Amino acid sequence: MTRNVDESTIVAGRLVREGQPAKPRLSRKHREWIAAALFLLPDALGLFVFLGIPMVLSLSMGFFDVSGFGQYTWVGLRNYREMFNDQLFLQSLKASAIYVVVLVPAIYCVGLGLALLVKQRIPFVGIFRGMFFLPYVISLVVIGLVWQFMLVDQLGVVNQLLANVGITGKSWLGDPKFALGTVLFVSVWFLMGYYMIIFLAGLQEIPREFYEAARLDGANSFQTFWGITIPLLKPTSFFVLLISTVTAVAGSQGFDLVYIMTKGGPANSTSLVVFYVYQQAFQYSHYGYAAAMASFLVVTLLILTTLLFIGTKGGRFDFD
Amino acid sequence: MLQSAVFTVIVAILGLLTISPLFWMVSGALKGQDEQYSFRLIPQNPTLENFHYVFTALPFARYMANSFFVAGVVTIIALWFHSMAAYALARLRFPGRDFLFLVIFSTLLVSLPVILVPLFILVRELHMLNSYAGLIVPAIFNAFGIFLLRQFYLGIPQELEEAAIVDGAGYWRVYWNIILPLSKPILAALAVFFFLANWNSFLWPLTITTDQSKWMVQIAIASFQQQYASSQNYIMAASVVVALPTMLLFFFFQRQLVESIKTSGFK
Repeated sequence: MTRNVDESTIVAGRLVREGQPAKPRLSRKHREWIAAALFLLPDALGLFVFLGIPMVLSLSMGFFDVSGFGQYTWVGLRNYREMFNDQLFLQSLKASAIYVVVLVPAIYCVGLGLALLVKQRIPFVGIFRGMFFLPYVISLVVIGLVWQFMLVDQLGVVNQLLANVGITGKSWLGDPKFALGTVLFVSVWFLMGYYMIIFLAGLQEIPREFYEAARLDGANSFQTFWGITIPLLKPTSFFVLLISTVTAVAGSQGFDLVYIMTKGGPANSTSLVVFYVYQQAFQYSHYGYAAAMASFLVVTLLILTTLLFIGTKGGRFDFD
Repeated sequence: MLQSAVFTVIVAILGLLTISPLFWMVSGALKGQDEQYSFRLIPQNPTLENFHYVFTALPFARYMANSFFVAGVVTIIALWFHSMAAYALARLRFPGRDFLFLVIFSTLLVSLPVILVPLFILVRELHMLNSYAGLIVPAIFNAFGIFLLRQFYLGIPQELEEAAIVDGAGYWRVYWNIILPLSKPILAALAVFFFLANWNSFLWPLTITTDQSKWMVQIAIASFQQQYASSQNYIMAASVVVALPTMLLFFFFQRQLVESIKTSGFK
């Protein structure tokens, strides 16, 4: 074995300091492995038990009938067959599909729009950013209660304001034609500040020189937006689309707002899948059936995110 | 110049429109029962009676204390565990590190509604329904904090740690005496984030607490809704009380909060 002088003195020094007889020591490499395992242990164990196991269970519980007392009976595909004969599930699927298809683009446009507004050098811009972000820190229960208060038929402030400008008020939460739209509107209002910050960070990464060069070339702001901002914002766009898709399909904001504002009504028009799963599990104790529907959400999410990864070539948007 | 002024005014109007529901909430909380649906923002007879009612007629202080306790404990333990895990993932070399990080990272795509039913059954089997443990323990573990801390650690220079290791310091001492003090800014940001998220969380406490003494404040105000449907003034007062701590946190830690969100957008 070759060992240089420095190292052996360190080893010798350590032995003297600790006053121990020489015994086989773990190599530096193995000590590092053990340290890493110990540092990771609490989180790895916790994530495994409270996220990993439920994830596996949520994919497998759908094949069982689970009674309120924890008795499991194998029922094969029955829950899944039942799902597609359940008019209420199909209705909630429709509501969720509309919610996703509207929310994802709306969040993208509003978030980017706000970011472009508050990127400008104007006085008090910090305060304006704060204003747009503020709804995001407030609990969805409070948000649901406040909007419900403002949207009460006839008496609510929104309809009174509309009456003042000569528009007949609508039953925003009581009419199946409007209720889902109202939930969507409040969802965008709540989420937009978060996506504004993400977009703002992305915009600030784009080198100023690009814009200066474009201006020298005589490009107008429309051209710089499509020619510079959008292409250079691709990584941010990918992140935003990914996170907002997950949020729209299975985020708890959908559940919270529906629970507070509409309880799924009127005529089940706002019964998002996340809400219907909760109802089936905790009002009717159909745990297996609820898990089957939740696993359907997981599969949907997997398909959507895979499509997103493929469509953008792994988030890089390289099309050339 | 004029153009910039017009632009500023437009942004200001949009900003005020955005926060107008919150003005209306405060206004509703200060109005008496008979005035609750009046169309004026400034109440004719402003009163603090609603706040008094919320705290005396109901054990609202108890619900607030539950929320402070649960959100506080989750925040502290989560910061500790996540910073340890992130240190290992960013600095220590061991086989399978990148794979493990990928697995942890992919759990970012798992949201609570998707695993709610099995998680409930698991927690029931562990006899943690209607307990602080049931509220706290599952809320600790999420990949978001690990991810953000790891990104932060990758960005700080290694020289200090290497010097300490050469001096014979163990990994624990490096983590405790060097890494933790260096991560104060990101830990502050994450602390605000975790506290907000847990103070505001609704679905999980709703699922596992039926015992009113364990209710967190969001469950309490959701139940007011049915109880006081015709007294919006009480509901708005309770809403103000619940929203106030989060708004204060936001005013004082806006910069940290925004920084941590920005970091989450980069990969």
